[in-house]
Amino acid sequence: MSPARPTSARKEPTPRKAGKKTAKTRRKTGAGSPSDRPAAGHRTDLLEAMLRIRRFEERCVELYSATKIRGFVHLYIGEEAVAVGVNEALTPEDAVVATYREHGHALARGITAEAVMAEMYGRATGCSGGRGGSMHLFDASRRFYGGNAIVAGGLPLAAGLALADRMRGQDRVTCCFFGDGAFAEGEFHETANLAALWRLPVLFICENNLYAMGTALARHEAQTDLAMRAASYGMVAWAVDGMDVEAVEQTARRAAEAVRSGAGPHFLELRTYRFRAHSMYDPDRYRDKAEVERWKERDPITRLLDRMREDGEPVEETLAGIERRVAAEVDDAVEAAEQAPEEPVEHLLHHVTSASAEVS
Amino acid sequence: MGDGERPQAAKTTYREALREALRDALRADDRVFLMGEDVGRYGGGFGVSLGLLEEFGPARVRDTPLSESAFVGAGIGAALAGLRPIVEIMTVNFSLLALDQILNNAATLLHMSGGQLAVPLVIRMTTGAGRQLGAQHSHSLEGWYAHIPGIRVLAPATLEDARHMLAPALADPDPVLIFEHGSLYNVSGELLPATAPVDLDHATVRRPGTDISLITYGGSLPKTLAAADELAAAGISAEVIDLRTLRPYDAQTVAASVARTHRAVVVDEAWRTGSFAAEVSARIAEESFYELDAPVERVCSAEVPMPYARQLEEAALPQAPDIVAAAHRAVD
Ligand SMILES: Cc1ncc(C[n+]2csc(CCOP(=O)(O)OP(=O)(O)O)c2C)c(N)n1
Repeated sequence: MSPARPTSARKEPTPRKAGKKTAKTRRKTGAGSPSDRPAAGHRTDLLEAMLRIRRFEERCVELYSATKIRGFVHLYIGEEAVAVGVNEALTPEDAVVATYREHGHALARGITAEAVMAEMYGRATGCSGGRGGSMHLFDASRRFYGGNAIVAGGLPLAAGLALADRMRGQDRVTCCFFGDGAFAEGEFHETANLAALWRLPVLFICENNLYAMGTALARHEAQTDLAMRAASYGMVAWAVDGMDVEAVEQTARRAAEAVRSGAGPHFLELRTYRFRAHSMYDPDRYRDKAEVERWKERDPITRLLDRMREDGEPVEETLAGIERRVAAEVDDAVEAAEQAPEEPVEHLLHHVTSASAEVS
Repeated sequence: MGDGERPQAAKTTYREALREALRDALRADDRVFLMGEDVGRYGGGFGVSLGLLEEFGPARVRDTPLSESAFVGAGIGAALAGLRPIVEIMTVNFSLLALDQILNNAATLLHMSGGQLAVPLVIRMTTGAGRQLGAQHSHSLEGWYAHIPGIRVLAPATLEDARHMLAPALADPDPVLIFEHGSLYNVSGELLPATAPVDLDHATVRRPGTDISLITYGGSLPKTLAAADELAAAGISAEVIDLRTLRPYDAQTVAASVARTHRAVVVDEAWRTGSFAAEVSARIAEESFYELDAPVERVCSAEVPMPYARQLEEAALPQAPDIVAAAHRAVD
């Protein structure tokens, strides 16, 4: 047994070489054998969920340029397969902790485009009552706990949510999204240790999009094999092709089931890429255009469409229908946000404490 | 009240009073659990939780790894999920490793979420100097926490508060930080059974007086009461106000006292610059300026990292003679 690779914790569906990290050398994970291919209707759902995020965010770009929405806005375009695939493995009773790049997580979780858009407009009808904005989306009714703009800041919360389930004997999963950049933060390591030590039901979802703002993975991590490092804490860790929504779903399902059945925390490294700049403020000077183009060839939406075509599914009509629905949903969300009342300035001090929530 | 009805006073220490409060809380509500470094087998860094592991078991008295940020954050997560965690941080100095979680999550989530996510969490920690522990175990940073909206900051200075503040703190739907002064743990005395829960919204008058208001909290209360005794011997009647809650700050009680005495000394073990004493002084200047017959005096720690050597530490800290001298400056 190689001491650098705790075998117990490296049960990857697709083995790969350590340290390889360019697009070229990444192994692509297939969607599995034809026998476990899901029903066509399910693929349509995945497609629709990804397109909802894509079209929603494309509209955000326009609205940002038109100064309708402000603040830091981090787009998820290119990474949709992660939120959508992982969400498929979760139930409404599970909890989700997200980052500041969370439009995708929020929409996949079922927060409506209308509630998210209104939040970005800072309106009273927004999912955080206009106090959060793009980086702080919340929905307690969906157990969606943010929306955290501190890199790795949500990780300890996830451990705590899971601890509560553990203590009450509930077989729920807490799913925590974070980026590769979070790996350099102490909070990741403290939480990984705590979760593994206490066998907490946490599903760690590391969105390895190869960059922390403008700093490439190899320039911020001494050891770039993230799944291996997570495994070193004694938890099961797998690396997955994060551009393949079906692969993400399958692996997330396996992991979530294991977590749910008491096997302790599981870690998935989703190898993905953001097609857009880090935020709307970022001129994106730190990476090669050719690299971006190469990754766009693996666009998770086109990839799923291609696979559906290969399997002879009647894609074009389905796609047209989805596009129409999603466009209408986004249009309605923008329209509703435009019309929505602003949160009154007299409510400025609401929700500072629970008592101040009630006084006006 | 006949003799038979008189509540029985019991001899206890501040440490035991805190422990009894924890025991009560763990008994009263199975959502409550205690978590922190060495709270279990060791019995708490300062012995507060000694014996609770045996009584309540390792699920409810949880030893954590040395990872302030993770276990404080986990407390926040557990609170979000409906439990009532009590998190112990060994000292305020170490709480800085969890400051991100306290400020950016515990204090902020309710507001950021538009009122959806309350965090009913209690965090206890030791603060203050006086035990020759050097600069990294002796500072008084509760004033920094009092700067933050969204949390409540408590400083129990008496046996009664040590015993009876925890229950209302746990009943608060929002995060509460309790600062226990290290030099108080061994203080002992007669503890009367509570007649009412501690009022966490108001400061309290510990000793009425007419000539000057001495305003303090936490570990400085015994020194301030000693100073008041000395002032009484010199014919000066000092009123001693125990703030007991730094946030929300009870400006009314202080203003009412200053309106009676027309003079104020603020005693705070933190450094003078940017201290909570600075806030109290400013509020008196804003709200009671025309009541004042003398400038507000402040007695704080010397502007130095807390030294180890006994005489240096004593010199750095506010002491009763410093409080007496400040009162004389204001009165004479
Ligand atoms: C503690 C902290 N430090 C720095 C930042 C500024 N910042 C925002 S996003 C980011 C990069 C994070 O990268 P990663 O975790 O990989 O997530 P990604 O943006 O790629 O999704 C940085 C440095 C921050 N928000 N929080």
